[in-house]
Amino acid sequence: MKQLNQIQAKVFCLLSLISMAFLGCERDIPSDAPAATFPNIAEVFTDAPVNLTDEFFISFDPAGGANVNGFDTDNNEAYQGSTSIRIDVPAANDPDGGFIGGIFRDRGAGRDLTGYDALTFWAKGSTTGTIGTVGFGTDFQEGKYPVSRDNVQLTTGWKKYVVPIPNASKLVQEKGMFLFAAGGVDVLGDGPNGNEIGWTFWLDEIRFEKLGTNLAVSTEILNGNNSVVQAFIGSNIQINGIGQTVNLANGENVDINFAPGYFDFFNSNPSVATVSEAGLVSVVGSSGTTLITAILNNVQATGSLEITSNGLFPSAPVPTRDEANVVSLFSDAYNNVPVRHYNGFFEPFQTTQGGAGSDPNNVDIQGTLPDGSLDNIINYTQLNFVSIGTYETVQLVDASSATHLHIDINVRETLDPSDFIRLELESGTFAGPTANGSFILNSAALGNVNADGWASLDIPLSSFSGSVDFGNLGQLFFISDATISDIWVDNVYYYNE
Amino acid sequence: MNLKFSYKLSLYLTAFVLTVSLLGCDLDETQEVVTLSNLVWEDNFDVDGAPDASKWAFEIGDGTAQGIPGWGNNELQYYTDRPENVSVENGVLKITARQESFEGSGYTSARLITKGLFQQKYGRFEARVKLPTGQGLWPAFWLLGDDSNGDIWPQIGEIDVMEYLGDEPTQIFGTIHGPQYSGGESISKEYVLDADRFDTGFHIFGIEWTPNVINFYVDDKLYQTLKPADVEEETNGEGEWVFDDREFYMILNMAVGGNLPGPPNADTMFPQTMYVDYVRVYN
Repeated sequence: MKQLNQIQAKVFCLLSLISMAFLGCERDIPSDAPAATFPNIAEVFTDAPVNLTDEFFISFDPAGGANVNGFDTDNNEAYQGSTSIRIDVPAANDPDGGFIGGIFRDRGAGRDLTGYDALTFWAKGSTTGTIGTVGFGTDFQEGKYPVSRDNVQLTTGWKKYVVPIPNASKLVQEKGMFLFAAGGVDVLGDGPNGNEIGWTFWLDEIRFEKLGTNLAVSTEILNGNNSVVQAFIGSNIQINGIGQTVNLANGENVDINFAPGYFDFFNSNPSVATVSEAGLVSVVGSSGTTLITAILNNVQATGSLEITSNGLFPSAPVPTRDEANVVSLFSDAYNNVPVRHYNGFFEPFQTTQGGAGSDPNNVDIQGTLPDGSLDNIINYTQLNFVSIGTYETVQLVDASSATHLHIDINVRETLDPSDFIRLELESGTFAGPTANGSFILNSAALGNVNADGWASLDIPLSSFSGSVDFGNLGQLFFISDATISDIWVDNVYYYNE
Repeated sequence: MNLKFSYKLSLYLTAFVLTVSLLGCDLDETQEVVTLSNLVWEDNFDVDGAPDASKWAFEIGDGTAQGIPGWGNNELQYYTDRPENVSVENGVLKITARQESFEGSGYTSARLITKGLFQQKYGRFEARVKLPTGQGLWPAFWLLGDDSNGDIWPQIGEIDVMEYLGDEPTQIFGTIHGPQYSGGESISKEYVLDADRFDTGFHIFGIEWTPNVINFYVDDKLYQTLKPADVEEETNGEGEWVFDDREFYMILNMAVGGNLPGPPNADTMFPQTMYVDYVRVYN
């Protein structure tokens, strides 16, 4: 039987080749077109996987909650032929994983899909459940051209579904043949809260096709916005917010998401910024403005990015003190002690934005130091008060051997004479009695800046009021009472001198 | 038609026949689509601006003035002759449906007729048209019988060379209406494009109408032939063939909403335009 299938397959291939050769006279093939290198097999699954890897189904990472148990073939259900793929979607609270999903990958070096315009498949559900995502182009390797369609609601009878290919000319060697991800059915309709129940769906006749009936009715980048930004040399901005609405032969509009690589990007002034095939915009020029737009199938997408270069990033002076004498809360020059937060977002009185999280390498601004390395900057906006917290989830900071607190502050607005930032240290936070001490940075101190606008402040700890326990510091507050609302902060550390 | 097209077509046909014979399928006999080739009337829409007033007149309004509010079908548009709704540009006639509040209607569009300017009995009537996209749009190229003797529809007869619904972009339909077979009871057939759609390129929609025969075609495909015997069969002998009685005139229009297509929905993008490259009549 297997042999027979192979023979049939060979005959079919031969016939296809002959047919294509004859139909070939219709197509305009440029004389300099390279010969196709990779096979253009259309089928992904018929009654069995077609030219897929031996593992067939490659699950998303179980560590991320993917349930690997529910994938199988079913000889009792098929849209066509004898066999379909059966997927038992777990309940959200299944201890083996609350969703199921993964990919099928080509077993060879990839396929030439340039002759197709859609991935199609037939599906039916045990109930009218929704497949969260279906698509192709993800291969868990370097797949550059993923396409997906979200929230595909099934019927309890077999129905055909279409995932349009935005621009097949890019798919000369595609390995990601299919992708799906599905979670339980929200029977109570009370939103995603872990009470979703399991269900089953079947997939059959998964293949790439040339339908000829897809009409893109709208295409967008950056969610259709015309973004205007200013950025420094070395800044990278990813073009995202990509989507397309495609009108299908049945009149239905479907929305797809896809990788930036499907676009050809246009850049009005490459001396200001470059844009990669993958839509990563990098500022390279010291001045000027450029407009980045995107073209797909000769149509310009809605949305654009206008970037004006502000030149070199005005980094704070790079600290030079010996790390042995430093206890750092936030600096690229030192190893920082663990912090609970760079902004506690204390409601309801705190308005301050910026400084989210506890990762000093992922805060508000990522500039570039003169040596090309990353320069992380905290940008507090709408400042009234904010703290850098080192308590509760992390060790209190021991600065008992330090003599000074260093902070670089760059006030991003005009200073008025009455403006101030009060620094306040709190010791013992969440660990017994607390004590506080403060030191006021007045307008003159904050205005004593270098050419890049940085005030480098070295404050003797002895200048702080009160009786703070410097061996158990829990919070460093910046309090402006909204006299100053927008500041950059860098190189916050205690040191001994 | 033209030689270039025929050459390409013959190449395609040769390839197709060879392919199909290899695959062992049947293929219909090559058909003769049209026989009439003496051009008697045409508009190629070569002059920018308003349509040629010697060839086209407008019907204005929502049908109320004509005694058929909603044009007899509960249509939602108000027809105007404004350039926003009808203009000739770059060699094509553009009939544009807009979503706007106008004279009590929620949409505007246009309807052009040759009544009193050109009408005749029999002939080959064809138009090359690119159609719009979206639920609720209902463009058409059609013929109505002259009513100057006081006869009223459906006695005067109606030949819909092409009707199209914007939510079914791969198909059009050709229809005749007459006594005992009008409106929902009309005699009709749809034509579905293979691997293509009507809103992404121009297609030729035509009829060849001779005594006791109306042939409907799209591009090079004849898809429907209607004769008195068909009317008799479809109406159990009640219907009357009314297409050998009088002259007919042509209509180009784009309706919005109405009984057949239903109203536009949230996915329908406005404006939407029906592009007409030419209209030609042959004897």
